[in-house]
Amino acid sequence: MARRKFSAPGDEIETRHPVIVNRYRGFTRVNHWITAACMIVLLLSGFSLFHPDLFFLTKLFGGGQNTRWLHPIVGVVLFFSFVGLFVQMWRLNLPRKEDVEWTANLPELVLKGDESKMPELGKYNAGQKVVFWGMSVMIVVLIVSGVMIWEQFFPKLVPIPVRRIAVAVHAFAAFAVILIFIMHVYAAFWARGTISAMTRGTVTGGWAFKHHRKWLRELAGRSDGGSAK
Amino acid sequence: MTDRAPQPLTAAANPPVQPLESNLLPSDVVRVSATKDVPKPDRQLTEVAKLIDVSKCIGCKACQSACIEWNDTHPTVEENVGVYENPHDLTPDMFTLMRFTEYENPETNELEWLIRKDGCMHCEDPGCLKACPAPGAIVQYSNGIVDFIHENCIGCGYCVTGCPFDIPRISKTDHKSYKCTLCSDRVAMGQGPACAKACPTQCITFGPKEEMKKHAEERIEDLKSRGFEHAGLYDPQGVGGTHVMYVLHHADKPSLYAGLPDEPAISPLVREWKGPAKTVGLAAIGLAAVGAALHGLFGRALEVTEHEEEEAQELVDETTPGAPADKGDA
Ligand code: HEM
Ligand code: SF4
Ligand code: SF4
Ligand code: SF4
Repeated sequence: MARRKFSAPGDEIETRHPVIVNRYRGFTRVNHWITAACMIVLLLSGFSLFHPDLFFLTKLFGGGQNTRWLHPIVGVVLFFSFVGLFVQMWRLNLPRKEDVEWTANLPELVLKGDESKMPELGKYNAGQKVVFWGMSVMIVVLIVSGVMIWEQFFPKLVPIPVRRIAVAVHAFAAFAVILIFIMHVYAAFWARGTISAMTRGTVTGGWAFKHHRKWLRELAGRSDGGSAK
Repeated sequence: MTDRAPQPLTAAANPPVQPLESNLLPSDVVRVSATKDVPKPDRQLTEVAKLIDVSKCIGCKACQSACIEWNDTHPTVEENVGVYENPHDLTPDMFTLMRFTEYENPETNELEWLIRKDGCMHCEDPGCLKACPAPGAIVQYSNGIVDFIHENCIGCGYCVTGCPFDIPRISKTDHKSYKCTLCSDRVAMGQGPACAKACPTQCITFGPKEEMKKHAEERIEDLKSRGFEHAGLYDPQGVGGTHVMYVLHHADKPSLYAGLPDEPAISPLVREWKGPAKTVGLAAIGLAAVGAALHGLFGRALEVTEHEEEEAQELVDETTPGAPADKGDA
Protein backbone atom coordinates (compact mmCIF):
# COMPACT_ATOMS: atom_id res chain seq x y z
CA MET A 1 0.00 0.00 0.00
CA ALA A 2 1.32 3.42 -0.98
CA ARG A 3 2.55 5.66 1.80
CA ARG A 4 0.09 8.36 2.79
CA LYS A 5 1.19 11.91 2.13
CA PHE A 6 -1.92 14.02 2.64
CA SER A 7 -4.12 11.81 4.77
CA ALA A 8 -4.11 10.12 8.14
CA PRO A 9 -4.70 6.44 8.94
CA GLY A 10 -8.44 5.85 8.93
CA ASP A 11 -9.16 8.52 6.31
CA GLU A 12 -10.93 6.77 3.44
CA ILE A 13 -13.69 7.08 0.92
CA GLU A 14 -16.59 5.50 2.70
CA THR A 15 -19.02 5.36 -0.21
CA ARG A 16 -18.33 6.22 -3.84
CA HIS A 17 -21.98 6.86 -4.87
CA PRO A 18 -22.51 9.47 -3.58
CA VAL A 19 -19.02 10.31 -2.41
CA ILE A 20 -18.80 10.33 1.37
CA VAL A 21 -15.36 10.62 2.92
CA ASN A 22 -14.28 9.47 6.33
CA ARG A 23 -12.29 12.31 7.90
CA TYR A 24 -11.99 11.36 11.58
CA ARG A 25 -12.35 7.94 13.09
CA GLY A 26 -14.25 7.43 16.33
CA PHE A 27 -11.18 7.52 18.53
CA THR A 28 -10.12 10.90 17.21
CA ARG A 29 -13.63 12.30 17.56
CA VAL A 30 -13.94 11.21 21.18
CA ASN A 31 -10.48 12.60 21.81
CA HIS A 32 -11.51 15.89 20.22
CA TRP A 33 -14.73 16.27 22.17
CA ILE A 34 -13.07 15.51 25.49
CA THR A 35 -10.56 18.22 24.69
CA ALA A 36 -13.32 20.61 23.68
CA ALA A 37 -15.36 19.95 26.82
CA CYS A 38 -12.28 20.56 28.98
CA MET A 39 -11.58 23.73 27.06
CA ILE A 40 -15.06 25.11 27.71
CA VAL A 41 -14.87 24.29 31.42
CA LEU A 42 -11.44 25.94 31.53
CA LEU A 43 -12.64 29.03 29.70
CA LEU A 44 -15.58 29.51 32.05
CA SER A 45 -13.71 28.72 35.25
CA GLY A 46 -10.63 30.67 34.20
CA PHE A 47 -12.72 33.66 33.16
CA SER A 48 -14.42 33.70 36.54
CA LEU A 49 -11.08 34.39 38.21
CA PHE A 50 -9.82 36.60 35.41
CA HIS A 51 -12.07 39.57 36.05
CA PRO A 52 -14.25 40.51 39.05
CA ASP A 53 -17.19 41.17 36.73
CA LEU A 54 -17.09 37.51 35.74
CA PHE A 55 -16.70 36.08 39.24
CA PHE A 56 -20.38 35.10 39.13
CA LEU A 57 -19.38 32.30 36.74
CA THR A 58 -17.99 30.43 39.77
CA LYS A 59 -21.64 29.63 40.58
CA LEU A 60 -21.63 27.27 37.60
CA PHE A 61 -19.15 25.11 39.45
CA GLY A 62 -20.69 25.39 42.91
CA GLY A 63 -18.74 28.37 44.23
CA GLY A 64 -15.28 29.85 44.27
CA GLN A 65 -13.59 27.10 46.25
CA ASN A 66 -14.80 24.44 43.81
CA THR A 67 -13.80 26.53 40.82
CA ARG A 68 -10.33 27.01 42.25
CA TRP A 69 -10.04 23.29 42.77
CA LEU A 70 -11.57 22.18 39.48
CA HIS A 71 -9.82 24.46 37.02
CA PRO A 72 -6.26 23.13 37.26
CA ILE A 73 -7.42 19.51 37.37
CA VAL A 74 -9.41 19.94 34.18
CA GLY A 75 -6.34 21.74 32.85
CA VAL A 76 -4.25 18.63 33.32
CA VAL A 77 -6.94 16.48 31.65
CA LEU A 78 -7.02 18.90 28.75
CA PHE A 79 -3.28 18.77 28.41
CA PHE A 80 -3.11 14.99 28.12
CA SER A 81 -6.16 14.89 25.89
CA PHE A 82 -4.55 17.44 23.60
CA VAL A 83 -1.33 15.43 23.50
CA GLY A 84 -3.54 12.66 22.04
CA LEU A 85 -4.72 14.96 19.28
CA PHE A 86 -1.24 16.29 18.71
CA VAL A 87 0.23 12.85 18.11
CA GLN A 88 -2.47 12.11 15.55
CA MET A 89 -2.36 15.40 13.71
CA TRP A 90 1.06 17.01 13.85
CA ARG A 91 2.44 15.46 10.66
CA LEU A 92 -0.31 16.73 8.38
CA ASN A 93 -0.06 20.15 10.01
CA LEU A 94 3.56 20.70 9.01
CA PRO A 95 3.79 23.80 6.83
CA ARG A 96 3.93 23.29 3.03
CA LYS A 97 4.58 25.63 0.17
CA GLU A 98 0.92 25.88 -0.85
CA ASP A 99 0.20 27.42 2.55
CA VAL A 100 1.88 30.63 1.40
CA GLU A 101 -0.36 30.92 -1.63
CA TRP A 102 -3.41 30.07 0.42
CA THR A 103 -2.58 32.77 2.94
CA ALA A 104 -2.01 35.35 0.21
CA ASN A 105 -5.52 34.68 -1.13
CA LEU A 106 -7.12 34.62 2.31
CA PRO A 107 -8.52 38.19 2.28
CA GLU A 108 -10.58 37.36 -0.76
CA LEU A 109 -11.93 34.26 0.86
CA VAL A 110 -12.89 36.04 4.07
CA LEU A 111 -14.34 39.17 2.47
CA LYS A 112 -16.01 37.71 -0.62
CA GLY A 113 -16.21 34.01 0.10
CA ASP A 114 -14.23 33.50 -3.13
CA GLU A 115 -12.23 30.29 -2.95
CA SER A 116 -11.50 29.97 -6.69
CA LYS A 117 -7.91 31.24 -6.50
CA MET A 118 -6.94 28.85 -3.72
CA PRO A 119 -4.34 26.15 -4.39
CA GLU A 120 -5.24 22.49 -3.99
CA LEU A 121 -4.62 21.42 -0.41
CA GLY A 122 -3.98 18.32 1.65
CA LYS A 123 -5.94 17.59 4.81
CA TYR A 124 -5.35 21.01 6.39
CA ASN A 125 -5.16 24.59 5.16
CA ALA A 126 -2.87 27.26 6.62
CA GLY A 127 -5.64 28.59 8.85
CA GLN A 128 -6.21 25.18 10.38
CA LYS A 129 -2.46 24.85 10.84
CA VAL A 130 -2.29 28.17 12.65
CA VAL A 131 -5.04 26.97 14.98
CA PHE A 132 -3.22 23.68 15.52
CA TRP A 133 0.20 25.13 16.27
CA GLY A 134 -1.20 28.08 18.18
CA MET A 135 -3.14 25.73 20.43
CA SER A 136 -0.14 23.42 20.81
CA VAL A 137 2.20 26.17 21.93
CA MET A 138 -0.32 27.93 24.15
CA ILE A 139 -1.47 24.76 25.89
CA VAL A 140 2.14 23.98 26.79
CA VAL A 141 2.56 27.54 28.07
CA LEU A 142 -0.67 27.17 30.05
CA ILE A 143 0.24 23.90 31.69
CA VAL A 144 3.73 25.07 32.62
CA SER A 145 2.58 28.43 34.01
CA GLY A 146 -0.52 26.83 35.51
CA VAL A 147 1.45 24.32 37.55
CA MET A 148 3.67 27.15 38.79
CA ILE A 149 0.67 28.97 40.26
CA TRP A 150 -1.12 25.85 41.51
CA GLU A 151 -1.41 26.72 45.19
CA GLN A 152 -3.08 23.52 46.31
CA PHE A 153 -0.43 21.07 45.15
CA PHE A 154 2.66 23.08 44.23
CA PRO A 155 2.71 26.03 46.62
CA LYS A 156 6.50 26.17 46.87
CA LEU A 157 7.43 25.04 43.36
CA VAL A 158 8.73 28.41 42.25
CA PRO A 159 9.74 31.52 44.21
CA ILE A 160 7.18 34.31 44.41
CA PRO A 161 8.82 36.60 41.80
CA VAL A 162 8.63 33.74 39.28
CA ARG A 163 5.05 33.13 40.29
CA ARG A 164 4.22 36.72 39.39
CA ILE A 165 5.57 36.15 35.90
CA ALA A 166 3.75 32.84 35.64
CA VAL A 167 0.36 34.24 36.59
CA ALA A 168 0.70 37.08 34.08
CA VAL A 169 1.88 34.68 31.36
CA HIS A 170 -1.00 32.31 32.18
CA ALA A 171 -3.55 35.09 31.83
CA PHE A 172 -2.01 36.23 28.56
CA ALA A 173 -1.81 32.70 27.12
CA ALA A 174 -5.43 32.14 28.13
CA PHE A 175 -6.33 35.29 26.21
CA ALA A 176 -4.49 33.98 23.14
CA VAL A 177 -6.13 30.55 23.43
CA ILE A 178 -9.56 32.12 23.63
CA LEU A 179 -8.96 34.08 20.41
CA ILE A 180 -7.73 30.93 18.67
CA PHE A 181 -10.71 29.04 20.03
CA ILE A 182 -13.14 31.62 18.64
CA MET A 183 -11.39 31.44 15.27
CA HIS A 184 -11.55 27.65 15.31
CA VAL A 185 -15.22 27.41 16.20
CA TYR A 186 -16.13 30.12 13.76
CA ALA A 187 -14.23 28.54 10.86
CA ALA A 188 -15.92 25.20 11.48
CA PHE A 189 -19.26 26.92 11.26
CA TRP A 190 -18.46 29.25 8.37
CA ALA A 191 -17.21 26.51 6.04
CA ARG A 192 -20.52 24.69 5.88
CA GLY A 193 -20.36 20.94 6.07
CA THR A 194 -17.30 20.90 8.33
CA ILE A 195 -18.92 20.12 11.65
CA SER A 196 -20.07 16.68 10.52
CA ALA A 197 -16.38 15.73 10.25
CA MET A 198 -16.25 15.78 14.05
CA THR A 199 -19.79 14.60 14.74
CA ARG A 200 -20.44 11.79 12.28
CA GLY A 201 -16.83 11.58 11.22
CA THR A 202 -17.58 12.13 7.54
CA VAL A 203 -17.73 14.92 4.98
CA THR A 204 -19.29 15.02 1.55
CA GLY A 205 -17.22 14.59 -1.57
CA GLY A 206 -18.03 18.15 -2.60
CA TRP A 207 -16.67 19.48 0.68
CA ALA A 208 -13.45 17.53 0.26
CA PHE A 209 -13.17 18.62 -3.38
CA LYS A 210 -13.73 22.28 -2.50
CA HIS A 211 -11.44 22.60 0.49
CA HIS A 212 -8.95 19.73 0.50
CA ARG A 213 -8.63 18.38 -3.02
CA LYS A 214 -5.21 16.76 -2.70
CA TRP A 215 -6.47 14.90 0.31
CA LEU A 216 -9.49 13.67 -1.69
CA ARG A 217 -7.30 12.67 -4.65
CA GLU A 218 -5.02 10.63 -2.47
CA LEU A 219 -7.94 8.81 -0.87
CA ALA A 220 -9.61 8.17 -4.23
CA GLY A 221 -6.40 6.61 -5.46
CA ARG A 222 -6.03 4.20 -2.59
CA SER A 223 -7.32 0.66 -2.94
CA ASP A 224 -8.69 0.75 0.61
CA GLY A 225 -10.50 3.88 -0.47
CA GLY A 226 -13.94 2.38 -0.11
CA SER A 227 -14.41 0.75 -3.53
CA ALA A 228 -16.05 -2.21 -1.89
CA LYS A 229 -19.19 -0.25 -1.09
CA MET B 1 -28.91 50.05 73.20
CA THR B 2 -25.39 49.15 74.20
CA ASP B 3 -22.61 51.60 73.45
CA ARG B 4 -19.94 51.13 70.86
CA ALA B 5 -16.54 50.14 72.15
CA PRO B 6 -13.99 52.97 72.23
CA GLN B 7 -11.11 52.93 69.79
CA PRO B 8 -8.09 51.52 71.58
CA LEU B 9 -5.31 54.06 71.90
CA THR B 10 -2.60 51.97 73.57
CA ALA B 11 -1.45 48.37 73.61
CA ALA B 12 -2.73 48.00 77.16
CA ALA B 13 -6.11 49.61 76.50
CA ASN B 14 -8.88 47.72 78.22
CA PRO B 15 -12.53 48.32 77.47
CA PRO B 16 -15.03 48.72 80.31
CA VAL B 17 -16.61 45.49 81.48
CA GLN B 18 -20.22 46.10 80.41
CA PRO B 19 -21.28 44.60 77.03
CA LEU B 20 -20.32 46.81 74.11
CA GLU B 21 -21.02 46.86 70.40
CA SER B 22 -18.20 46.33 67.91
CA ASN B 23 -16.60 49.52 66.72
CA LEU B 24 -15.31 48.15 63.43
CA LEU B 25 -18.32 48.14 61.13
CA PRO B 26 -18.80 46.83 57.61
CA SER B 27 -19.36 50.47 56.67
CA ASP B 28 -15.83 51.36 57.84
CA VAL B 29 -14.34 49.47 54.93
CA VAL B 30 -12.41 51.61 52.42
CA ARG B 31 -11.11 48.93 50.07
CA VAL B 32 -12.58 45.54 49.13
CA SER B 33 -10.89 42.93 46.95
CA ALA B 34 -12.29 42.49 43.42
CA THR B 35 -14.80 45.26 44.05
CA LYS B 36 -14.84 48.72 42.58
CA ASP B 37 -16.94 51.60 43.84
CA VAL B 38 -16.80 50.87 47.55
CA PRO B 39 -19.19 53.38 49.17
CA LYS B 40 -17.36 56.14 51.01
CA PRO B 41 -17.56 55.51 54.76
CA ASP B 42 -19.54 58.10 56.71
CA ARG B 43 -16.80 58.36 59.32
CA GLN B 44 -13.04 58.15 59.37
CA LEU B 45 -11.54 56.04 62.13
CA THR B 46 -8.27 57.12 63.67
CA GLU B 47 -5.47 55.46 61.73
CA VAL B 48 -3.74 53.01 64.01
CA ALA B 49 -0.34 51.37 63.87
CA LYS B 50 1.74 48.81 65.66
CA LEU B 51 5.29 49.94 66.25
CA ILE B 52 7.96 47.28 66.66
CA ASP B 53 11.17 48.62 68.09
CA VAL B 54 13.62 45.98 66.97
CA SER B 55 16.34 47.35 69.22
CA LYS B 56 14.28 46.47 72.30
CA CYS B 57 13.34 42.92 71.31
CA ILE B 58 14.82 40.16 73.43
CA GLY B 59 13.47 37.34 71.24
CA CYS B 60 11.34 35.82 73.99
CA LYS B 61 8.46 35.05 71.61
CA ALA B 62 5.83 36.07 74.14
CA CYS B 63 4.11 37.81 71.22
CA GLN B 64 4.03 34.57 69.24
CA SER B 65 2.48 32.75 72.18
CA ALA B 66 -0.04 35.53 72.74
CA CYS B 67 -0.97 35.45 69.05
CA ILE B 68 -1.49 31.68 69.11
CA GLU B 69 -3.54 31.93 72.25
CA TRP B 70 -5.73 34.81 71.15
CA ASN B 71 -6.37 33.47 67.68
CA ASP B 72 -6.73 29.90 68.96
CA THR B 73 -4.43 28.49 66.30
CA HIS B 74 -2.51 25.25 66.68
CA PRO B 75 0.86 25.36 64.98
CA THR B 76 2.29 21.88 64.62
CA VAL B 77 5.33 20.97 66.66
CA GLU B 78 8.24 20.86 64.24
CA GLU B 79 11.67 19.35 64.34
CA ASN B 80 14.57 21.29 65.82
CA VAL B 81 17.02 21.92 63.00
CA GLY B 82 19.31 24.11 65.05
CA VAL B 83 17.86 27.55 64.42
CA TYR B 84 15.97 29.86 66.72
CA GLU B 85 13.00 30.34 64.41
CA ASN B 86 10.12 28.27 65.66
CA PRO B 87 8.19 27.32 63.61
CA HIS B 88 10.52 27.61 60.65
CA ASP B 89 8.29 29.94 58.72
CA LEU B 90 4.98 31.72 58.94
CA THR B 91 2.18 29.18 58.57
CA PRO B 92 -1.60 29.32 58.36
CA ASP B 93 -1.45 28.75 62.14
CA MET B 94 1.40 31.13 62.95
CA PHE B 95 0.63 34.72 62.02
CA THR B 96 3.82 36.19 63.43
CA LEU B 97 7.33 34.86 63.68
CA MET B 98 10.56 36.03 65.29
CA ARG B 99 13.29 35.92 62.69
CA PHE B 100 16.88 35.87 63.94
CA THR B 101 19.90 37.16 62.05
CA GLU B 102 23.52 37.07 63.19
CA TYR B 103 25.19 40.12 61.74
CA GLU B 104 28.88 40.92 61.94
CA ASN B 105 29.01 44.67 61.72
CA PRO B 106 32.06 45.48 59.59
CA GLU B 107 32.32 48.97 61.12
CA THR B 108 32.46 47.91 64.76
CA ASN B 109 33.62 44.34 64.27
CA GLU B 110 30.91 43.28 66.66
CA LEU B 111 28.40 40.51 66.37
CA GLU B 112 24.86 41.84 66.42
CA TRP B 113 21.88 39.65 66.96
CA LEU B 114 19.06 41.16 64.94
CA ILE B 115 15.63 39.89 65.88
CA ARG B 116 12.65 40.94 63.83
CA LYS B 117 9.03 40.14 64.47
CA ASP B 118 7.76 39.18 61.01
CA GLY B 119 4.11 39.32 60.02
CA CYS B 120 1.63 41.29 57.97
CA MET B 121 2.61 44.95 57.59
CA HIS B 122 -0.95 46.18 57.00
CA CYS B 123 0.08 48.14 53.93
CA GLU B 124 -1.76 51.31 53.04
CA ASP B 125 -1.68 50.01 49.43
CA PRO B 126 -2.03 46.25 49.98
CA GLY B 127 -0.74 44.01 47.19
CA CYS B 128 -2.70 41.05 48.55
CA LEU B 129 -5.96 42.93 48.15
CA LYS B 130 -5.05 44.10 44.67
CA ALA B 131 -4.32 40.58 43.48
CA CYS B 132 -7.28 38.81 45.08
CA PRO B 133 -9.94 37.67 42.56
CA ALA B 134 -12.66 36.94 45.12
CA PRO B 135 -15.00 39.83 45.93
CA GLY B 136 -14.88 40.63 49.64
CA ALA B 137 -12.17 38.14 50.61
CA ILE B 138 -9.81 40.96 51.66
CA VAL B 139 -10.91 44.29 53.11
CA GLN B 140 -9.17 47.36 54.44
CA TYR B 141 -10.77 49.45 57.19
CA SER B 142 -10.39 53.19 57.46
CA ASN B 143 -8.14 52.70 60.51
CA GLY B 144 -5.66 50.95 58.20
CA ILE B 145 -6.21 47.32 59.19
CA VAL B 146 -6.13 44.86 56.28
CA ASP B 147 -8.24 41.83 57.11
CA PHE B 148 -9.02 38.54 55.36
CA ILE B 149 -12.70 37.59 55.38
CA HIS B 150 -12.42 33.83 55.27
CA GLU B 151 -15.98 33.07 54.15
CA ASN B 152 -15.19 34.72 50.83
CA CYS B 153 -11.72 33.28 50.30
CA ILE B 154 -11.36 30.65 47.57
CA GLY B 155 -7.80 29.62 48.37
CA CYS B 156 -6.27 30.51 45.01
CA GLY B 157 -3.10 31.98 46.49
CA TYR B 158 -3.16 35.17 44.40
CA CYS B 159 -2.62 37.16 47.63
CA VAL B 160 0.69 35.34 48.02
CA THR B 161 1.61 36.48 44.53
CA GLY B 162 0.57 40.04 45.27
CA CYS B 163 2.11 40.59 48.72
CA PRO B 164 5.54 42.29 48.65
CA PHE B 165 6.38 40.85 52.09
CA ASP B 166 5.63 37.13 51.55
CA ILE B 167 3.03 37.03 54.31
CA PRO B 168 -0.22 35.15 53.49
CA ARG B 169 -0.27 31.38 53.94
CA ILE B 170 -2.97 29.09 52.56
CA SER B 171 -4.27 26.38 54.86
CA LYS B 172 -3.98 22.79 53.65
CA THR B 173 -7.11 21.86 55.61
CA ASP B 174 -9.69 24.51 54.79
CA HIS B 175 -7.93 26.07 51.76
CA LYS B 176 -8.25 29.61 53.01
CA SER B 177 -5.62 32.27 53.39
CA TYR B 178 -4.39 33.35 56.83
CA LYS B 179 -2.25 36.14 58.22
CA CYS B 180 -2.05 38.60 61.12
CA THR B 181 -5.34 40.44 61.56
CA LEU B 182 -3.78 43.24 63.62
CA CYS B 183 -6.18 41.76 66.14
CA SER B 184 -9.07 43.45 64.34
CA ASP B 185 -11.46 41.57 66.62
CA ARG B 186 -9.77 43.04 69.71
CA VAL B 187 -9.42 46.49 68.21
CA ALA B 188 -13.12 46.40 67.37
CA MET B 189 -13.80 45.96 71.09
CA GLY B 190 -11.40 48.64 72.32
CA GLN B 191 -8.40 46.44 73.08
CA GLY B 192 -4.87 46.61 71.73
CA PRO B 193 -3.34 43.64 69.85
CA ALA B 194 -2.56 40.55 71.91
CA CYS B 195 1.10 40.47 70.89
CA ALA B 196 1.64 44.10 71.90
CA LYS B 197 -0.05 43.53 75.21
CA ALA B 198 2.09 40.48 75.95
CA CYS B 199 5.42 42.04 75.05
CA PRO B 200 7.52 42.30 78.26
CA THR B 201 9.91 44.99 76.99
CA GLN B 202 7.34 47.20 75.25
CA CYS B 203 9.22 46.59 72.07
CA ILE B 204 5.74 46.31 70.51
CA THR B 205 3.55 49.34 71.05
CA PHE B 206 0.23 50.24 69.54
CA GLY B 207 -1.83 53.38 69.05
CA PRO B 208 -2.76 56.10 66.59
CA LYS B 209 -0.25 56.05 63.74
CA GLU B 210 0.75 59.70 64.28
CA GLU B 211 1.56 59.03 67.92
CA MET B 212 3.49 55.92 67.04
CA LYS B 213 5.61 57.96 64.65
CA LYS B 214 6.33 60.49 67.41
CA HIS B 215 7.23 57.72 69.78
CA ALA B 216 9.52 56.27 67.11
CA GLU B 217 11.25 59.66 66.78
CA GLU B 218 12.19 59.56 70.45
CA ARG B 219 13.48 56.04 70.14
CA ILE B 220 15.50 56.89 67.06
CA GLU B 221 17.08 59.88 68.78
CA ASP B 222 18.02 57.67 71.68
CA LEU B 223 19.54 55.06 69.37
CA LYS B 224 21.50 57.70 67.51
CA SER B 225 22.89 59.02 70.78
CA ARG B 226 24.13 55.49 71.43
CA GLY B 227 26.05 55.36 68.20
CA PHE B 228 23.51 53.86 65.78
CA GLU B 229 23.78 56.73 63.37
CA HIS B 230 21.57 55.05 60.75
CA ALA B 231 18.73 54.32 63.14
CA GLY B 232 15.39 55.13 61.60
CA LEU B 233 11.73 54.31 61.05
CA TYR B 234 10.59 51.68 58.56
CA ASP B 235 7.28 52.93 57.15
CA PRO B 236 7.91 52.14 53.47
CA GLN B 237 6.31 54.67 51.14
CA GLY B 238 6.47 52.27 48.18
CA VAL B 239 3.33 50.65 49.60
CA GLY B 240 1.93 53.98 50.79
CA GLY B 241 3.26 53.46 54.31
CA THR B 242 2.33 50.61 56.63
CA HIS B 243 0.29 50.17 59.76
CA VAL B 244 2.96 47.96 61.26
CA MET B 245 6.22 49.90 61.49
CA TYR B 246 9.69 49.05 62.69
CA VAL B 247 12.34 51.07 64.47
CA LEU B 248 15.58 49.70 63.00
CA HIS B 249 19.11 50.39 64.17
CA HIS B 250 20.23 49.99 60.56
CA ALA B 251 17.37 51.66 58.75
CA ASP B 252 19.68 52.22 55.77
CA LYS B 253 19.82 48.42 55.26
CA PRO B 254 16.45 46.85 56.10
CA SER B 255 17.39 43.65 54.28
CA LEU B 256 19.85 42.86 57.08
CA TYR B 257 16.83 41.91 59.15
CA ALA B 258 16.09 38.48 57.67
CA GLY B 259 15.42 39.92 54.23
CA LEU B 260 13.03 42.72 55.10
CA PRO B 261 12.56 44.35 51.65
CA ASP B 262 14.64 47.50 51.21
CA GLU B 263 12.12 49.16 48.96
CA PRO B 264 8.89 47.19 49.00
CA ALA B 265 6.24 48.01 46.43
CA ILE B 266 3.59 46.07 44.62
CA SER B 267 5.46 44.38 41.76
CA PRO B 268 4.94 46.11 38.39
CA LEU B 269 4.06 42.67 37.02
CA VAL B 270 1.19 42.39 39.48
CA ARG B 271 0.06 45.90 38.59
CA GLU B 272 0.13 45.04 34.89
CA TRP B 273 -1.63 41.74 35.40
CA LYS B 274 -4.35 43.37 37.47
CA GLY B 275 -4.38 46.60 35.48
CA PRO B 276 -6.30 47.92 32.48
CA ALA B 277 -4.84 45.14 30.30
CA LYS B 278 -7.52 42.84 31.73
CA THR B 279 -10.35 45.02 30.56
CA VAL B 280 -8.68 45.54 27.18
CA GLY B 281 -8.26 41.78 26.86
CA LEU B 282 -11.90 41.13 27.70
CA ALA B 283 -12.97 43.79 25.23
CA ALA B 284 -10.80 42.23 22.49
CA ILE B 285 -12.31 38.82 23.17
CA GLY B 286 -15.79 40.33 23.10
CA LEU B 287 -15.04 42.07 19.81
CA ALA B 288 -13.66 38.88 18.26
CA ALA B 289 -16.75 36.96 19.31
CA VAL B 290 -19.12 39.65 18.06
CA GLY B 291 -17.10 40.03 14.85
CA ALA B 292 -17.28 36.29 14.21
CA ALA B 293 -21.02 36.27 14.92
CA LEU B 294 -21.62 39.21 12.56
CA HIS B 295 -19.58 37.63 9.78
CA GLY B 296 -21.52 34.45 10.43
CA LEU B 297 -24.86 36.24 10.10
CA PHE B 298 -24.14 38.67 7.29
CA GLY B 299 -20.99 37.38 5.56
CA ARG B 300 -21.17 34.75 2.86
CA ALA B 301 -20.92 31.24 4.17
CA LEU B 302 -18.66 28.82 2.32
CA GLU B 303 -21.40 26.59 0.93
CA VAL B 304 -20.48 23.49 -0.99
CA THR B 305 -22.33 23.67 -4.33
CA GLU B 306 -24.09 20.94 -6.23
CA HIS B 307 -21.50 21.49 -8.95
CA GLU B 308 -18.67 20.73 -6.54
CA GLU B 309 -20.39 17.53 -5.47
CA GLU B 310 -20.52 16.50 -9.14
CA GLU B 311 -16.88 17.34 -9.68
CA ALA B 312 -15.95 15.27 -6.66
CA GLN B 313 -17.97 12.40 -8.08
CA GLU B 314 -16.09 12.68 -11.36
CA LEU B 315 -12.74 12.84 -9.63
CA VAL B 316 -13.46 9.75 -7.62
CA ASP B 317 -14.93 7.86 -10.59
CA GLU B 318 -11.92 8.67 -12.78
CA THR B 319 -9.32 7.69 -10.24
CA THR B 320 -8.45 4.05 -10.23
CA PRO B 321 -7.69 2.80 -6.78
CA GLY B 322 -4.05 1.85 -6.51
CA ALA B 323 -2.87 4.43 -9.05
CA PRO B 324 -0.48 7.13 -7.88
CA ALA B 325 -2.61 9.88 -6.49
CA ASP B 326 -0.28 12.78 -6.17
CA LYS B 327 -0.89 15.12 -9.10
CA GLY B 328 -0.68 18.56 -7.64
CA ASP B 329 2.56 18.12 -5.81
CA ALA B 330 5.50 16.15 -7.09
C1 HEM C 1 -6.97 26.07 27.72
C2 HEM C 1 -6.61 26.07 28.80
C3 HEM C 1 -6.68 27.10 29.91
C4 HEM C 1 -7.32 28.30 29.98
C5 HEM C 1 -8.15 28.96 28.91
C6 HEM C 1 -7.03 28.85 31.28
C7 HEM C 1 -7.48 30.07 31.73
C8 HEM C 1 -7.20 30.61 32.96
C9 HEM C 1 -7.53 31.93 33.37
C10 HEM C 1 -8.21 32.98 32.51
C11 HEM C 1 -7.14 32.07 34.66
C12 HEM C 1 -7.28 33.32 35.51
C13 HEM C 1 -6.01 34.11 35.38
C14 HEM C 1 -6.15 35.43 36.07
O1 HEM C 1 -6.76 35.47 37.13
O2 HEM C 1 -5.64 36.42 35.54
C15 HEM C 1 -6.56 30.85 35.09
C16 HEM C 1 -6.06 30.58 36.35
C17 HEM C 1 -5.42 29.40 36.70
N1 HEM C 1 -5.11 28.35 35.85
FE1 HEM C 1 -5.67 28.18 33.94
N2 HEM C 1 -6.25 27.99 31.98
C18 HEM C 1 -6.02 26.90 31.17
C19 HEM C 1 -5.25 25.80 31.45
C20 HEM C 1 -4.67 25.56 32.68
C21 HEM C 1 -3.83 24.45 32.93
C22 HEM C 1 -3.43 23.40 31.89
C23 HEM C 1 -3.48 24.55 34.23
C24 HEM C 1 -2.59 23.58 34.97
C25 HEM C 1 -2.47 22.85 35.71
C26 HEM C 1 -4.10 25.73 34.81
C27 HEM C 1 -3.97 26.18 36.10
C28 HEM C 1 -4.45 27.38 36.59
C29 HEM C 1 -4.35 27.80 37.95
C30 HEM C 1 -3.68 27.02 39.08
C31 HEM C 1 -4.97 29.06 38.02
C32 HEM C 1 -5.15 29.89 39.29
C33 HEM C 1 -6.53 29.72 39.80
C34 HEM C 1 -6.80 28.36 40.33
O3 HEM C 1 -6.01 27.84 41.16
O4 HEM C 1 -7.85 27.79 39.97
N3 HEM C 1 -4.81 26.33 33.81
N4 HEM C 1 -6.58 29.96 34.02
S1 SF4 D 1 1.99 42.79 54.16
FE1 SF4 D 1 1.21 41.53 52.51
S2 SF4 D 1 -0.55 40.53 53.41
FE2 SF4 D 1 -0.08 42.27 54.75
S3 SF4 D 1 -1.34 43.95 53.92
FE3 SF4 D 1 0.67 44.11 52.94
S4 SF4 D 1 0.34 42.99 51.03
FE4 SF4 D 1 -1.31 42.35 52.38
S1 SF4 E 1 -6.36 32.87 48.57
FE1 SF4 E 1 -8.22 33.91 49.32
S2 SF4 E 1 -7.54 35.88 50.08
FE2 SF4 E 1 -5.88 35.04 48.83
S3 SF4 E 1 -6.22 35.89 46.82
FE3 SF4 E 1 -7.26 33.93 46.81
S4 SF4 E 1 -9.35 34.38 47.44
FE4 SF4 E 1 -8.13 36.19 47.94
S1 SF4 F 1 -1.66 41.77 65.99
FE1 SF4 F 1 -2.81 40.00 66.72
S2 SF4 F 1 -2.85 38.64 64.94
FE2 SF4 F 1 -1.25 40.13 64.55
S3 SF4 F 1 0.63 39.18 65.30
FE3 SF4 F 1 -0.20 40.42 67.00
S4 SF4 F 1 -1.44 38.96 68.14
FE4 SF4 F 1 -1.08 38.03 66.15
